[in-house]
Amino acid sequence: MNWPPKPSRKGSPNARTPADAAPRAADARPSAAGGRPAAKRLRATPPTTAQSGSDKAGLAFAGHELARASLDACVKCTICETQCPVMAVTPLFSGPKYAGPQGERFRHGESVDGSLDYCSSCGTCTLVCPQGVKIAELNAQARAVMKSGHMPLRDRLVSQTVLMGKVMTPLAGLANGALANPLARLALEKAVGVHRDAPLPTAQPQSFAQWWKQRGGSKPGPQGRIVFFHGCAGGYFEVETSKRAVEVLERVGYEVVVPKQGCCGLAQQSNGLFDQAAKSVLKLCDALLSTGRTPGSAKGLTIVSASGSCTGMLKREAREILGVTDDRLADVSVRVRDIMEFLLDLHEAGRLPLDFQPLEMTVPYHAPCQLKGQGMGMPALEVLRLIPGLTVVESGRACCGMAGTYGLKKEKHAIAQAVGKPLFDMVRATNPDLALCDTETCRWQLAKSSGVRTEHPIYLVHKAYGLD
Amino acid sequence: MRKIHADVVVIGGGSTGAGVVRDLAMRGYSAVLVDRADLAQGTSGRFHGLLHSGGRYVVSDPVSATECAQENAIVTAIHADAVERTGGLFVCPPGDDPAFGDTFLDDAERAKVPCQEIAVAEALRREPRLNRRISRAIEVEDGAVDGWTLVWGAARSAMQHGATILPYHHVDAIEVSNGQVVGARCTALKPGERVDIDCGFAINAAGPWAGRIAELAGCHGVEVVSGRGVMVAMAHRLVNTVVNRLAYPADGDILVPVHTVCVIGTTDTLADDPDRLPITPAEVRQLLDSGETLVPGLRQARALHAWSGARPLVKDSRVAGDDTRHMSREMSVIDHAQRDGLSGFVTVVGGKLTTYRLMAKKAVDVMCAQLGHNRPCLTDQEAVPGARQGHNYQVTQRLAEREHDRLQDQIVCECELASRGQLTRLWADNPLATLDDARRQLRLGMGPCQGGFCAARAAGIACQTKVADAERATAMLRLFLKNRWIGSWPVLHGEQLRQMALDAWILQGAHDIEHVAPTGEVPGELRPCDGSEDVFDADGKAEEVAK
Repeated sequence: MNWPPKPSRKGSPNARTPADAAPRAADARPSAAGGRPAAKRLRATPPTTAQSGSDKAGLAFAGHELARASLDACVKCTICETQCPVMAVTPLFSGPKYAGPQGERFRHGESVDGSLDYCSSCGTCTLVCPQGVKIAELNAQARAVMKSGHMPLRDRLVSQTVLMGKVMTPLAGLANGALANPLARLALEKAVGVHRDAPLPTAQPQSFAQWWKQRGGSKPGPQGRIVFFHGCAGGYFEVETSKRAVEVLERVGYEVVVPKQGCCGLAQQSNGLFDQAAKSVLKLCDALLSTGRTPGSAKGLTIVSASGSCTGMLKREAREILGVTDDRLADVSVRVRDIMEFLLDLHEAGRLPLDFQPLEMTVPYHAPCQLKGQGMGMPALEVLRLIPGLTVVESGRACCGMAGTYGLKKEKHAIAQAVGKPLFDMVRATNPDLALCDTETCRWQLAKSSGVRTEHPIYLVHKAYGLD
Repeated sequence: MRKIHADVVVIGGGSTGAGVVRDLAMRGYSAVLVDRADLAQGTSGRFHGLLHSGGRYVVSDPVSATECAQENAIVTAIHADAVERTGGLFVCPPGDDPAFGDTFLDDAERAKVPCQEIAVAEALRREPRLNRRISRAIEVEDGAVDGWTLVWGAARSAMQHGATILPYHHVDAIEVSNGQVVGARCTALKPGERVDIDCGFAINAAGPWAGRIAELAGCHGVEVVSGRGVMVAMAHRLVNTVVNRLAYPADGDILVPVHTVCVIGTTDTLADDPDRLPITPAEVRQLLDSGETLVPGLRQARALHAWSGARPLVKDSRVAGDDTRHMSREMSVIDHAQRDGLSGFVTVVGGKLTTYRLMAKKAVDVMCAQLGHNRPCLTDQEAVPGARQGHNYQVTQRLAEREHDRLQDQIVCECELASRGQLTRLWADNPLATLDDARRQLRLGMGPCQGGFCAARAAGIACQTKVADAERATAMLRLFLKNRWIGSWPVLHGEQLRQMALDAWILQGAHDIEHVAPTGEVPGELRPCDGSEDVFDADGKAEEVAK
């Protein structure tokens, strides 16, 4: 066994490390103890790592293996703390270095530092660490240990993204009306701790799957077949973005295949529900590995998604945070691409049609933290630069504050707003009518807090291809 | 000059001396402890942190094994703040004879060392990093103990019972009159001053230096041999249970999780001089290689610091004079009234930190017998100050404390989470404490960055709070860093090399620490007196490398 594994470096988020070969604790083997009676009793069983409780069973990974091994690379340089967007606005979070590689040396399957929950999991620390320490991953694992056994109802609810979609879509008008009602929002805050001013998704009258079924799939294209992964938000709330993504993929010459699919488990993971998250992600892998018509026929196809954070879950978070080493995930993780990343790949291969109509405008673009964490730069910026007349201004900000579900929470909302404020100001100053951002909850946060309509970058690609 | 009157003077501020002075005070004697340096600066602070279950000695040294088992329970109870109940495992790696386990279990039963064989799968579940190919695992009651906390705990208890504790007091002479010890002439080093102690009895608990102290009293031929042991601390806990190799004691066969690190130990070779304990690259390599057998990957993990300590072993005619590994760990109490015809003098030497209390009891029992007193030992009856029985130290403790005061207090040492409040309280108690004294009590500078970030902060706080002027603070800082670097050189590879390069850029580059005034002589107590500075030549290379 090679230990410690070397942390994977920037730009190779899918690199396999020897930790994948690390043993699982459950591996049982017969002892050579023979029939010797255990006659002598000990005073008491020495304390061992947390292992009791159903939630903790799945946490054997946390505190061991990849992330914990990476803490040895920390040289205390403090670069992570200079870039942490949360630490910059509140003293309540002691910072990524403190909660990550420092705090981890003091942990032993127990949680004594609840303040680490102020970490928004934006992952900026891991991204900027010059030594390759898995700081955000350490924090995510420690948080899961902390919350095991006493998970707030709210955190279970906000992780049920598919359920929310399924319930809200048939009742779209009613649900949207209720969520726009200040009294209802106050009640929601009191009852479950979702802040009254936090952005919540807007229900759509039709889900993406319903639209796709009605439309009848796509025709064979010259570039071959491709799998589209819409995710839960893209399936129920950001349906327009998903439609545009599919239309763009068809426009550039692909036959799009959309298997029936569920959630990637990211919201569960970021809320510390590791067991459920691991189940979700593997179920999704199964779905993505079949087209829904002929099982297994999607083998080897590229999987494209317009849900910027869900691709990160598949590419690396499920493995690095949850410790999922399943072959199905390994297969999917190297084939999944963010849609803008995919379009840029096509362009670099000389296979992207460049017959864009000019768009004379200047728009602000914010690359979400969870997209940047994938170590692929900002492909949206480069693709949008191909559109004549379009000027895209990059926000230069680490995070909008939302970081998945962080900004929804009553006790974190003010921090999230403070984190996002410079971004909201930048967006308004750049273009009061339109902003671009790759992930769903960040768009909701930006739109609600800046008052500026916020779309996925595919919106302008779609427009420039004349698909409106 | 100061004059002190006491019943007994105890020479040596390691675990034995602290145990003796506590025992004396609890039996109602007025006692003074002196040490030429800080408490537990010698052997008691230079070990692997193992509180023995006795398991290690069941086959090789059953008497020590039984004593360890008994004292382990007492020390765990009375020094709860110093002892973490980690538990221990003896594991049989591939290539070793599994049948040794049967000998072990039989001898353990005979020596009354509690143990129990567990399934290999269970051992691997508890410690996922253990060698997957082990064939047997036996659970014992090993613990991890902080030598400094233990010694200070005993010393504070002694003070509560009326004793006087005088670190940084060098013994220059033992006064003898008509075959009877009548006093000790000392030099206080903080500040420089002569201190005469009038007493009727002296107990020599100077460990590896006990032969020299006996010479001062005119008792010749007390042969204490130094068994030099080298240890290496790894940057974080690779295991949370003490892991021992299920074999006859050898080098590099114990891995102890102590505080935030884990320590692989130890070697055992004869040292001519306990003040000169070199660490050779070959020994470091040997330890890491042996550790690899217990925890595969250990060789590539980040090594933090290496140190060496001198085991005080009473010369054993049964084994070769240079074979310290196989000399008994048994304790010896020498009654010099019988041996040399000198009344009022007892030497106590040998033993283990785990059995320090028992050694102290035996020494004071001999003294009481010499004096014809009948006062029973009470040291197993009450916990030392700061310890609450049943509330043993846990590695999470510091993190929990900082969680509580993080918004009010500043963290000075980030690696070991030592706060400004802890540092200023220490200086309020002892304004003369150096940064090294603070390190031993607060773990300042003992984590991965080895003082690269906190040392200058601490020196700044010393200045700001007027504990030291700029000149003294600078001298303290330089000495502190020098002492840290001594232990860093032998393990300067891999991740730690990267750290030390950054430290050097900060301290030598940004602070130009080597050229900040004063650059000349520093006060007496600011010189290392463990002799380790002699081990390196001017280029910072170990002598052995130069050869």
